[in-house]
Amino acid sequence: MIRVDESAIIDRPVDQVWALLRDFNGHDRWHPAVRESRMQGGAPSDRIGGVRDFRLASGERVSERLIRMSDRTRSFTYTITRSDVPLSDYVAHVELKPVTEGNRTFWRWHSKFNAPRGREAEMRALVADGVYRAGFEGARAFLGTAPSRPETPVQEGAIRAKAIVARRHGGPDVLAYEDVPAPRPGPGEVRIRQTAIGVNYIDVYTRTGYFNLIQPPAVPGMEAAGVVTETGRGVEHLTEGDRIVYACAPPGAYASLRTMPADLVVPLPRDIDDRTAAAMALKGITAYFLLNKVHRLERGETALIFAPAGGVGRILVQWARAMGATVIGATSSPDKARAAREAGAHHVVMPGARSLEDQVRALTDGRGADVAFDAVGRDTFDHTVAALKPTGHLVSFGQASGDIGMRNVSAFAGNSLTLSRPNYGHYTDTRAKVTEALDAVWAALASGAISAHVGQTFPLARAAEAHRALEDRQTQGSTLLIPEGTE
Amino acid sequence: MPEVYVSAVIPASPDRVWQVVRDFNGLPDWTPFVATSRIEDGRPSDQVGCVRAFHLADGGEIRERLLGLSDYDYSCTYAILESPMGVENYVATLKLTPVTEAGHTFAEWSAEFDCPPAREAELVQQIGQGVFATGLQALSERFG
Repeated sequence: MIRVDESAIIDRPVDQVWALLRDFNGHDRWHPAVRESRMQGGAPSDRIGGVRDFRLASGERVSERLIRMSDRTRSFTYTITRSDVPLSDYVAHVELKPVTEGNRTFWRWHSKFNAPRGREAEMRALVADGVYRAGFEGARAFLGTAPSRPETPVQEGAIRAKAIVARRHGGPDVLAYEDVPAPRPGPGEVRIRQTAIGVNYIDVYTRTGYFNLIQPPAVPGMEAAGVVTETGRGVEHLTEGDRIVYACAPPGAYASLRTMPADLVVPLPRDIDDRTAAAMALKGITAYFLLNKVHRLERGETALIFAPAGGVGRILVQWARAMGATVIGATSSPDKARAAREAGAHHVVMPGARSLEDQVRALTDGRGADVAFDAVGRDTFDHTVAALKPTGHLVSFGQASGDIGMRNVSAFAGNSLTLSRPNYGHYTDTRAKVTEALDAVWAALASGAISAHVGQTFPLARAAEAHRALEDRQTQGSTLLIPEGTE
Repeated sequence: MPEVYVSAVIPASPDRVWQVVRDFNGLPDWTPFVATSRIEDGRPSDQVGCVRAFHLADGGEIRERLLGLSDYDYSCTYAILESPMGVENYVATLKLTPVTEAGHTFAEWSAEFDCPPAREAELVQQIGQGVFATGLQALSERFG
């Protein structure tokens, strides 16, 4: 049995905190990890035996039954009845007590449960940090008791910028719109007034902590276009007033002004506008190295491309077709299938009576695809492997549906398959590589081989909404954030 | 039956706070209102059933019996045998619980007793504020 026991002091009277917590179905209002909670059968939320169905911010569905509640001891007990997260025999207790000295609340949240062998530490951390501690913080924020942070002193030469700050790792709610300083650029740095910021799935991983890219509080974002306002010593390829774009680490792009290393910031051709640049740089570079470096796509090959209506997927479809490949798009809805066909997919497969691999075989005279570009990950991996022809190549470049986990590569010998797990950073770590890729992207835009499609724009302040839309797979094409004053 | 409940956050780990409050003979060390204390019959102060006899700073004398002591959940329960307060069936508990987020201690001190109805409000105030709140305040300042 794993035991988790967490407790905190909330700076509000106990009756106020209890009023919030005793609504067993109301946790989606204040808990950053909880979405769309609903009582089964419309039961009252304080009915013993009632079950709440909800979704975690990371997508998993969970059902929990209320098995005890007391207004006298301000406590309740619940158990998991069904969960996509591998927790079993889970029983948890929530208990509030008054701190009479100071009229505050002591909140204890503890549980016992089992987890699959090898995942105990992961599940313990999920429950202790991702649920209980994050819950304390969420309730504080909801009740308006989050400690106010002292204003960051602005260093000499720094300019106050507006930015989206991830207060901690977690769901979209951790993104706050705040003032941050953009320092005077040091040696090798530039300060940029940003006009359009690209939203990418890597920003979701940055925010959740799936990729260890930031230590919150910190600003996410890998891609933006704008104008150089100042350069630091030693920067020779840029000068004040240059229009630029970048698509690289370190994160920090969700800001109106930004100071960053100049090395991977590159000038923008006159005929590429800022929004096109921010919509196309990271996704275009990705499509370029996937089709030309990770796999060298050849005329006549059949390419299976997932999420063909999405940001990178749409560019992959257009570009692969222009390079002479036969393109099969794999998507989930008729709307997205239409978008995939408009982008140039020769065929589109959707979930249905027949498996993905059967549909792909039917379209390739039984052979299977030469190459598959799969950023869906966990849910599609095995089907993608089965949809490849002998000597086929699986380019697995993302995990939108969840971590791929452990897979048996011995089975790959059955079809002499190749697996690639490319990392953006390794294909873009020098200005020469970035410039080569971007020159190809701009040329393909000019020739019409690919096109920019900005599906949705949000004001910078509403970045959390943009993330929600992206994670709910509600977006098409590229998503942009526009800083205030540049709309 | 009147009840008294006072709680506070002590800015130190429960281990450290327990080292101080565990000693049933230790009231003079950490409360401002107890002048001297001894355990009757020379028994150890952590022997369940032992009796402490102490003098208040204002001169009053109280005898209390240790009913329960727990190193497992950091709690101490005791009953008044004799006191100038005029209470009967008085049982009190002092309990420490960790506040894991901050590494601090949630301290609860509570009591139940019988008394004439006319004296209830006065006694609740005297015990709650004069004894429990004052004691926890002193504990808090000791670690503050």
